[in-house]
Amino acid sequence: MSEIKTVGIIGAGKVGIVLAQLALAAGYHVRISGSGSVQKIALTISTLAPGATPATNQGVVSKSDLIILAIPLSRYKNIPAKLLKGKLVIDAMNYWWETDGIREEVLDPSSTSSEQVQQYFNKSTIVKTFNHMGYHNLQEEAKAAGEANRKALFVTGDNHEAVDQVAQFVNTMGFDTVRHYRLADGIMTEPGSELFGASLTQPDLQNVIDHFDETEFGQKIKAEKGA
Amino acid sequence: MVNVDKLQFGLETFGDIVAKEDGELLTAGQSIRQIVKEGELADKLGIDVIGVGEHHRPDYSVSSPEVVLGAIASVTKQIKLATAVTVLSSDNPVRVYERFATLEGLSQGRAQVMLGRGSFTESFPLFGYDLIDYDDLFNEKLEMYSQLIKEKPITWDGKFTQSLKDQDVYPKTDYDGLETYIGIGGSPESIIRAARYGYKVILAIIGGQADRFVPYLDLYKKAAAQYNMPVYPVAVHSHGFIADDEDEAVEVAWKNIKANFDRIGLTRGWAPMSREQFDGETQSGSFYVGNPEHVAQRIARTINLLDLGRFDLVYGAGNQTAAQRERMIELYGTKVIPRVKEILSGEAVA
Repeated sequence: MSEIKTVGIIGAGKVGIVLAQLALAAGYHVRISGSGSVQKIALTISTLAPGATPATNQGVVSKSDLIILAIPLSRYKNIPAKLLKGKLVIDAMNYWWETDGIREEVLDPSSTSSEQVQQYFNKSTIVKTFNHMGYHNLQEEAKAAGEANRKALFVTGDNHEAVDQVAQFVNTMGFDTVRHYRLADGIMTEPGSELFGASLTQPDLQNVIDHFDETEFGQKIKAEKGA
Repeated sequence: MVNVDKLQFGLETFGDIVAKEDGELLTAGQSIRQIVKEGELADKLGIDVIGVGEHHRPDYSVSSPEVVLGAIASVTKQIKLATAVTVLSSDNPVRVYERFATLEGLSQGRAQVMLGRGSFTESFPLFGYDLIDYDDLFNEKLEMYSQLIKEKPITWDGKFTQSLKDQDVYPKTDYDGLETYIGIGGSPESIIRAARYGYKVILAIIGGQADRFVPYLDLYKKAAAQYNMPVYPVAVHSHGFIADDEDEAVEVAWKNIKANFDRIGLTRGWAPMSREQFDGETQSGSFYVGNPEHVAQRIARTINLLDLGRFDLVYGAGNQTAAQRERMIELYGTKVIPRVKEILSGEAVA
């Protein structure tokens, strides 16, 4: 896979802006798009993430080595699947009833949100991360490798090489990682899990992930699968 | 530079259920009457604003804040009466106008509207709205509200709202019209929208350090300039608890704020609050907890950092006793506020 030099962020809300700030601080070129026109986010980007380039979705995707989806889950199908063809894509989204509403059009209850995102963007490689820590924690907790009390993010996907490359990217953004090589395991960090909104160090995160089946949420997911 | 003489200090409550000394919970009715008593106390202490939130959940007693504010209006003289916030997206803008215009009359011009999209979602299905329309609902209703508060007949073509033709609304107000704030949680789009309409801004800082809002204030000013609108001093709303003794304050807050956040997290999907998270929030984050000196130092820092015109402390989270709540209000009014002003005056001189 190609070296990551330019990061393209789709979504200029709270999470998208914080990720743009972290990527700039890590030395990447950053391109970012919002839901409206480029003009609409220009002031926001020049003020909150100076150095990032506001662009259309197309402008973000065509010039970036890595794409981050940081939009409400209910909107991912607004992006044509072929636009992301052949790209390495981070899914920072979750199914969250608060922003997406409770509805089956957003999410088929029979599989996890990231599996459905992968199914839709079927010519892209999806890796899930940046989805479980609060956006202000992402901003405040980013630290250089080796610093004390550095926090960790869960990185998971079906493609080994892609997971490893994204984990390396996450490391440059300021976080340790816990890796899984199964996209469906993204459910372990979604709303309702013990990890959604939590900021943990690598050993603590590893511990919760390792014992996911014993958590209340894990039990619930297991029961739903069995049903 | 902060203008200490013009600084305003508010108290806000979400109407949490009050506990007796033995831990048993009071009823919602008893909790509502406690708020009226606290509003009266805050007024006597010279606190500038009392804000009451709107929630539609069992853990909060107030779903109709203007009614509670009306009762507070009848026993107070100076204090401004605010909602914190009015969930405009699931409300009817005509009704919002009518209720606040009534409160404005009752209180002789002390009503203050704080409009927000709301961070809770219960009101959407309750009033027949779909969360998927969250942004569109707020945008349309804010536009309608903005026309209504001109207090002239309006003609309106609504999608989520009723269409009106040359329709007047009542009662008219006697003062300078309804003072309106927009409550903002940190979405850049929200702050630009508030600037575009020329409303005042209150930032809800309910997690993390106030420092991250510094660029947002820059964005507010630049957006106001772009739309040729006035820039008002910005207000902040954050949680807190004050007691005479530092350790007591921390323990009461830990127990109650954690219980409150965890209960909400249960329905909203986030993980329970850890002690590390709580300590981070009280040391350098968004919880103003401690003895009066500690809380005053932290509030003064935030006011200075963000060049604020107003600071509102959210009190009563969890199930605190009436005595804890009232003592906190007394300490806020008699010790914290004067001390904050003193600290900021000192800095102004230096």
